Formats: sequence, C-alpha cells, structure tokens
Amino acid sequence: MSTPRHLSAALALFFLSTAALAETPDLGRPAEPEEIAVWDISIGPDGAGLPPGNGTPQQGETVYTAKCLPCHGEKGSGKPNDQLVGGLGTLTGDQTAVKTVGSFWPYATTLFDYVRRAMPFNAPRSLSNDEVYAVCAYILQLNGIIAESTVMNAQTLAKVQMPNRDGFVPFSRQK
Amino acid sequence: MGRKRSAGDAPELAAGNGLLDRRALLAAGACLAGAGTIPARPAFGAAELSVEPWMTEPGAPFVGYGQPSKFEAKVVRTFASAPGTTGTGASRTPLQRLNGTITPNGLHFERHHSGIPDIDPDLHRLLIHGLVKRPLVFTLEALARYPMETRVSFIECGGNTGALYQKEPAQLDLQASHGLLSCAEWTGVRLALLLEEAGVEPQAQWLLAEGADAAGMSRSVPMKAVDEALVALYQNGERVRPSNGYPLRLLLPGYEGNMNVKWLRRIKVTAGPTMTKDETSKYTILLPSGKSLQFVFPIETKSVITHPSPGLNMKGAGLYEISGLAWSGYGKITQVDVSADGGKSWAPTALQEPVLPKALTRFRMPWRWDGGSAVLQSRATDGSGYVQPTRAALIAERGTKTFYHFNGITSWAIGERGEVRHVYA
Repeated sequence: MSTPRHLSAALALFFLSTAALAETPDLGRPAEPEEIAVWDISIGPDGAGLPPGNGTPQQGETVYTAKCLPCHGEKGSGKPNDQLVGGLGTLTGDQTAVKTVGSFWPYATTLFDYVRRAMPFNAPRSLSNDEVYAVCAYILQLNGIIAESTVMNAQTLAKVQMPNRDGFVPFSRQK
Repeated sequence: MGRKRSAGDAPELAAGNGLLDRRALLAAGACLAGAGTIPARPAFGAAELSVEPWMTEPGAPFVGYGQPSKFEAKVVRTFASAPGTTGTGASRTPLQRLNGTITPNGLHFERHHSGIPDIDPDLHRLLIHGLVKRPLVFTLEALARYPMETRVSFIECGGNTGALYQKEPAQLDLQASHGLLSCAEWTGVRLALLLEEAGVEPQAQWLLAEGADAAGMSRSVPMKAVDEALVALYQNGERVRPSNGYPLRLLLPGYEGNMNVKWLRRIKVTAGPTMTKDETSKYTILLPSGKSLQFVFPIETKSVITHPSPGLNMKGAGLYEISGLAWSGYGKITQVDVSADGGKSWAPTALQEPVLPKALTRFRMPWRWDGGSAVLQSRATDGSGYVQPTRAALIAERGTKTFYHFNGITSWAIGERGEVRHVYA
C-alpha cells in the first residue's frame, strides 16, 4: 500500500466516471430512414421538409369551405375559433392586437407545418399534401400576401415573405 | 433580534400594519399569551366532545387506489375548453386550497391542444433523429432500464397570470388567476444520456420536441436546456398521469410549461429553431412598439400570497399566518418579503426548507391583523439577486398588449369585513 489513500480514491473515482461515460445501456434500436420519413413532419423556416405537391388559392377555398369554415369563419374571419385573416396595423399602439396568420405569423412554413399536423381539428392528418398547400395558399391570398394565381409548392411556399417576418426579437434576461 | 424572549413579551413588529418577526410563530404559545390576542371562542358545550358515530362501528373497507375525503369535494381543478371542443384548453390547480409545495397528481394543471391521447405504452416509441450519428428508437421497456434521476420541479404555463396585464384588476380567485402552476417530483432518464448514445453532431444547436397528441404539439428547445432535461416517466412516485404526458413527457426545469412537451414521441436535433406555431404565433411577448420578444424560456422570478387570497376571507382580528408560494425558472428563491401596507414597508418571511432550485418554495409570515384595511403583497428574490418587479414597473416596460410571462407583484386588499380583493397597488 504505497499509494496514498486520497490518491487511490481519486483514481478509483476517475475510472468509475470514465467507465460510466463509456458504458451506457444503449438499448435504442437504429431507426431506418424510411420510418423516420413517416414520422418527421416538421418543416423548417427555410422550407426544409416540405413535401412534393401543390395547390392554388382557388382549390384551397373549396377545402376551406368544407373543412375549416365552421370553426374559422367566412374567409378566415374567425369565430368561434381563431381569426386567420386581417389585423394588419393592430400590433402597435394602445389598441387590442389582432394576431392572425397575416398580421403576426413570421413564416409561411409554420402554416403548412401546423395545418398538416393538427388541422382540421376533428380529423388531423387527414388532408393530402395538395390540400394543405391549397389551404395555405387560400389563407395567404385572403391576407393579400400572395396573388390569386400563385401556386404554392415546396419552392414557392418557402419563399413567401410574411408581413411580420422582422417583428421578433430574441429575448435576453439582461437588457 | 438576538435577545431571548420571555413568556411575557409581545412579538416584535417587523414591518408596518402588524407584520411580525418571521420567527414569532415558532414561539407562538408564548407570543399569543403575551400579546393577549387569543380570541374568545364560541362555547360548544358538551356536544363538541361527544362520541362520534365513526368510533362506534368499523370503518370503510380497503380500496385499490385511494381518493380524498368526500368532505374535500371542493378541492378540484377548474377548466374551460375552446369552442366546439371538450378537452382542448386548460385546467387550473386550486392553489388556495392546498398547502406545502407539491401538487397532487390529480390536481396538476393541464394545457391540452387537442385533448388527452389514450396511449398504449407498449405501442409508444421515442425517436431521436436529425443531426445525430445514429438515429435511435426507444421503447418504454428499454427506457425503464436506464439509470434515472429524480427532481422536484414546478411547471408553469407561460400564459399564467395573464389577466394581471389587464387595465383593471380582474376579480378572480387564486385558482383562476394563478392556477396554471403546479409542482411535482419527477423521475426519468436524463435526455443528455439518450442524446449521447445517438451522437449529436457538432453543428446541432436546437432540438424539436414533438408530442403524440392529435395536435402533434411541438416546440424548439435550445441545446443548453438539455443539461437538466429529463424524459420523465414518473410523477410524484407513480407513472406520469395521462393528462401530464403518459407514458413520458419532456421535463425542462424552469422553462415555460408549453416546452415541457407531453406524450413525447420525437426529438429531432436541428441547427436552428423550427419556428413552430407555439413559439411564433403564441408564447411571444408583444411590446407596444409592435415588436415581439421571442424565445422567452425560463419563468421569471415570481411569488404570490395564497393565504389569504380572494375567496379566503379573514375571520376577525387577531393573529394569522400569511403564506404563499415563490418560484424562479432561473434557480433558487433566496428571499421573499411581505408587505401589509401596499409596499410602503417590507419584512422578510420564513422560507420552508428544503428550498430547491426551480421548485415551488413556501413562505410564511405571522401577521397580527387589527381588523382594519390592509394591502398584502409578496416580493421574491432569486439567487442571482433579481427582485420581482412591481406591476407598474413591468407594465412600463412591456405594455398591456400581451398576456404572457407576467411576473409582477400581486396585491390583495383586505377590507374591514375581512373580504379579500385583487387590487393594483
């Protein structure tokens, strides 16, 4: 026992901690690209993940009238649920802010992501990609962000400039 | 302060309008006797001490899962759903009817975006993919074999106390104004361990966490949150309740509730934030300038008096314990001061041990109410020295166009009949 006790304790601790790092349960199974593709429905703000397909505002109006209007009102006017259209100019001053897709949402990709994953409320994941593109096109067109003739697809949707795109500042606790 | 009290001494006043030294209650018998404040008690006569029926026959049989006394039927969550839905909205914890710091599982607040999914744990999977070397799928059975950690953590909705931004003080009870706040002991697997097995690529700065509910609730989480993140399987010792994410949820201690994704099914490691619906159109703080503060993650230091509070009225002059909760998403609560004169004078309260970081902290303060009007306030300080601001200071900075992340001081006015009202002071 020539090693001082505190040193051997330190060495033991060292080996313990490196062993703990090296040996983890490792009970996950490798995920295959095809199965990841089925689950990975999130769309990045650069459009990464947008699927093939397309839709026009006119096609979107048909889908909207059948599946969205009962909750979101005529032309996205809201009631009983969220208003989707209008509200431009209400973000400043003392008035009540009307935060809609048109007045507030910074990215059109978020609209595609959310509609595809969560809408219509009673049947999420039931719309085809074409229908999602079409509904997005309709809501964007009602907000005056795209023209009636604009087709939404993976390329065009990612390029849409939303009115409030620069309206956000990352929070920091130190001002 | 260090002098020894004898039985005849009155407790020392610590601040205006009857606030006593926080240690006075420890020697309550002596103080009360000395101060002569023991109220006259109504005479019940012999009937109060009669032999009750439950002493003259055997009690109820065993049950598999216990329930509270039927006499506690008022201690329930209150809830409201979005139009046309039954499970989409929020339920609130009855903070004014609880004590201590841990929220019973059946009373933990809820916020659901498309109801509560009925998940078969044998079919549930957790996928970790994106910027990793080895994308992995975990079963519950596999996760149950991992080393686990336990920590007490509050969860508060980023929209809790949003009504306090309103221009007039909302006349709500504590459950309605502050009830999107709960605290539990959570047990689970460190997310860092699972990410280590998957092998995070150097350019990864964010995660996307996604739930298995019908809204596919998803939030971007900065990589620094992983340090304390748990994939939680247990809540107060039992499996996480369906309403809180069964079979597993993400726990990010101190971060706004919405990020603690329930029914966690997918973690995608990314370079930047995904800009989901909830981190853009919701949970951002719209300022009077029209700009919005985004990625407001930890809950800022905050406190509220739970006893008394609106609906819990005072019953005659005398000695009371003021009690409440303080919490900070940035760490430990180090001090809570209370005022009984609307902020003119303050005195420090006693903090109930153990004081844990990012957990609810119970504070207590003896108060001799003289039966006159008073305005009670509490003010928390955290380990960084940050002091909870007045409502006026917070509004001056943020305006009233938002309802997220309000953490200003809350004021309860006591009227001469003992009624408690929410006021701005």
